Amino acid sequence: MVSGTESGVTETPGRWLALATDRPLTLVFAAIGLSLLGSLVWGLLITGSVTFSRLGSLVWDGVMRGLVVGLAGIGLSMTYSILNFANFSHGDYITSGAFAGWATTYAIAGLGRADIGSLLLVGAGGSVFGGALGIGVTTTPVAVAAGIVVAGVTTILLALAIDRVVYKPIRSESGITLLITSIGVAFALRYLIQFVFGSDVRGTTASGSIPQVSLYFVDGAVRIDAHDITLLVVAGGLMLGVHLLLQTTKLGKAMRAMSDDEDLARITGIPTERVVRATWVIGGGLTGVAGYVFILWKGTLGFNDGWLLLLLIFAAVILGGIGSIYGAITGGLVIGVAASVSVLWIPSAFSRAAAFVVMIVILLVRPEGLFSGRSTA
Amino acid sequence: MSTTDDEGTVEAFRRLWAADAVKIVALLVVIYGAYLVSGFVLGYSLRGQLNSLASLTFYIGVFGTLALALNLHWGYTGLFNIGVVGFMAVGIYVMAFVSKPLYGSGGAAQVGGLGLPLPVGILAGMLAAALLGFVVALPALRLRADYLAIVTIAMSEIVRFALLSSTFQQFQVPHTLSGETTRVGFGGGSGLILDFPDPLLALIDVVGLSGAYDRLVGLVGRVVPNNPDPIVHSLVYGVVLLGVVAVYFWLLKRTGESPFGRVLKSIREDEDVARALGKNTDRFKTTSFMLGCALMGLAGILWLMGQGAVTPNFFRPRLTFFVWIALIIGGAGSNTGSVMGGAVFAAVLYQGPLYFQNLVTSVFQPGEAPSSFGPAISPLISNVDPFPFLLYTLDSVRQLQLVVMGVVLVWLMHNRPLGMLGHRKETAAAIPLARPREWGGEPTPPAAGGEDDE
Repeated sequence: MVSGTESGVTETPGRWLALATDRPLTLVFAAIGLSLLGSLVWGLLITGSVTFSRLGSLVWDGVMRGLVVGLAGIGLSMTYSILNFANFSHGDYITSGAFAGWATTYAIAGLGRADIGSLLLVGAGGSVFGGALGIGVTTTPVAVAAGIVVAGVTTILLALAIDRVVYKPIRSESGITLLITSIGVAFALRYLIQFVFGSDVRGTTASGSIPQVSLYFVDGAVRIDAHDITLLVVAGGLMLGVHLLLQTTKLGKAMRAMSDDEDLARITGIPTERVVRATWVIGGGLTGVAGYVFILWKGTLGFNDGWLLLLLIFAAVILGGIGSIYGAITGGLVIGVAASVSVLWIPSAFSRAAAFVVMIVILLVRPEGLFSGRSTA
Repeated sequence: MSTTDDEGTVEAFRRLWAADAVKIVALLVVIYGAYLVSGFVLGYSLRGQLNSLASLTFYIGVFGTLALALNLHWGYTGLFNIGVVGFMAVGIYVMAFVSKPLYGSGGAAQVGGLGLPLPVGILAGMLAAALLGFVVALPALRLRADYLAIVTIAMSEIVRFALLSSTFQQFQVPHTLSGETTRVGFGGGSGLILDFPDPLLALIDVVGLSGAYDRLVGLVGRVVPNNPDPIVHSLVYGVVLLGVVAVYFWLLKRTGESPFGRVLKSIREDEDVARALGKNTDRFKTTSFMLGCALMGLAGILWLMGQGAVTPNFFRPRLTFFVWIALIIGGAGSNTGSVMGGAVFAAVLYQGPLYFQNLVTSVFQPGEAPSSFGPAISPLISNVDPFPFLLYTLDSVRQLQLVVMGVVLVWLMHNRPLGMLGHRKETAAAIPLARPREWGGEPTPPAAGGEDDE
């Protein structure tokens, strides 16, 4: 295959062939998309089989999911473009961050009310329940804030440690070697987490006591609760922060230079190893926090959560264009909303599949991603 | 290897060792020997020994076939497929769909099948897996290797979700020309009962060896008086699987040495050059991908058709991960390596930890293990009592096994990325070019620039 790191596609033998095969495909997908949209509008306006409020709730749900995917996707996108490999252990960084953060939240919220060991193990084996501790952003704000910080910091330390031990010695190897290695890391991490925290999915928040408002939307209500707002504020704030960091500091410029051409960057005097470390710090921190707020938002925690999210994150990153943090955020929102809204047409068991299909369609129609050629980080 | 020996015997030994079959047989002898010895230490009865050998053979067989099929994708063509389970699942599910008896013909199954003979079902399963491969290949083969990885794993998860969903749990299809429908389906999350006739006995019947089989049962019955039938059945099935491994091996060897296979290897090394030489690389890649997928489908069928039932969650991505470790241990690009990797993986990493668990449990007779990490670790912290923790560790061998595998994979990628026999340099000439003295000694290390850079 061609070495192209920017284009990402092999050239097809003849241009006419590319035109002949690509264009009809785009048209077909556009037609399918339009017909889906048409059936949605028909359902909304004519038959009334879909209510505006249901659509609004689904879109809101999708935006929330998409923010998590986008936030975690920034880290994946950065390592993908700067270290040049698809990190399959990224999903388990999410899980690690979530468990570290939730252990902290449990410990603070339940201090004195339960055995500290059970609290630190996030109630492994059904010893403590998050609902019983009354955990929520309004009821235990300190515990949640501390959890967010610990989730971020732990994931940063974990990412740096794994990079030091696993990835640094083979930094110069091909992307596929690193990819296979990261699969090994992923399994080791995931089942280590299962070994320590157990395999049961636990409820983490007191779902009854979360304050919520019902916004009137055309023909019904869209409910928004305090955890939605927390997720929105945390994710939005961090995204803005990363944007400012990368646009206004030299670090951002160095990262862009490195993802463009590592050798050239090193010749220019950019301390590439330090940039790599900064990449893991930013990416790991965002990933850990994403894991924490994801669990806060959905209210359950299991050792497989990060892995299940990973494929959606890959879809988002590819959709947005590898290396672009805005691409990752946009891709995350598109994937989140697509997965969520797809239940209007297909059974909900296939919502994840729908997100993958969106990704495959993008790979077919525009393999370089939506934000291609604009490497921003 | 000793070098003080007589030159001639060393030479003969080297030549013998160079033969691929000898390496495989030697490895199998070592593995079986180790299992027999540890079974002896455990004080297994003859029945236990035979059972453990049968299950060992079974796993060597299935991982050998899967590693060989994956070797066609990754080792020969450089296609990074991490959706192996998806093709296996499609293989066995389509096979079940075609070969299960019609609904209502007795039995406990919730849904029926089309009631066609087993060979038709197996063929249909392989075809369906190949077809799925074609669908996946359409978008993915034009893209970078890491994109193919993501697309294939996403596909395997889509297959699993589809099989889990209640949408395809049961539905009606016409099964006669006049349009009568029958109840079929994939059973959803609760799984599918594979209530077709026993495939091994059917095979034995077809080749006319049922008399010999009965005599074998009688023979084993003399040493294992109590119900010898299942032991013989699983042993014979294991042997059949090893035969399938041999067939796969032969097929891939032939494929690799054919002009077709040479194009595949040139694609792996440098696709642009292959295209510059006028080869339609997309078509070669698609064909190779579909063939490999069909072989994976068959491997899935062979793994599960004798198990009585199948559930979608059997096909989690970790199974793909197992096959990859097997291939990487053996060395991608080498068929011999694939078989040896499959055998080593099955014996050491897959069955080994369970065997170890049995061994420790039977030797030390420990009590009940703590149910979770908390009660396991607290005695260690409070009064330095490591015993509950060790018990818990032993009890969670199934999870820790995956941790060990992950670490092994990382170690392999650091230290032995080419595995035992990976990427052996091949001469294009029909006659050996090297002097006989050097020919066929240790596996030739690849040239520095000879690895593919994808």
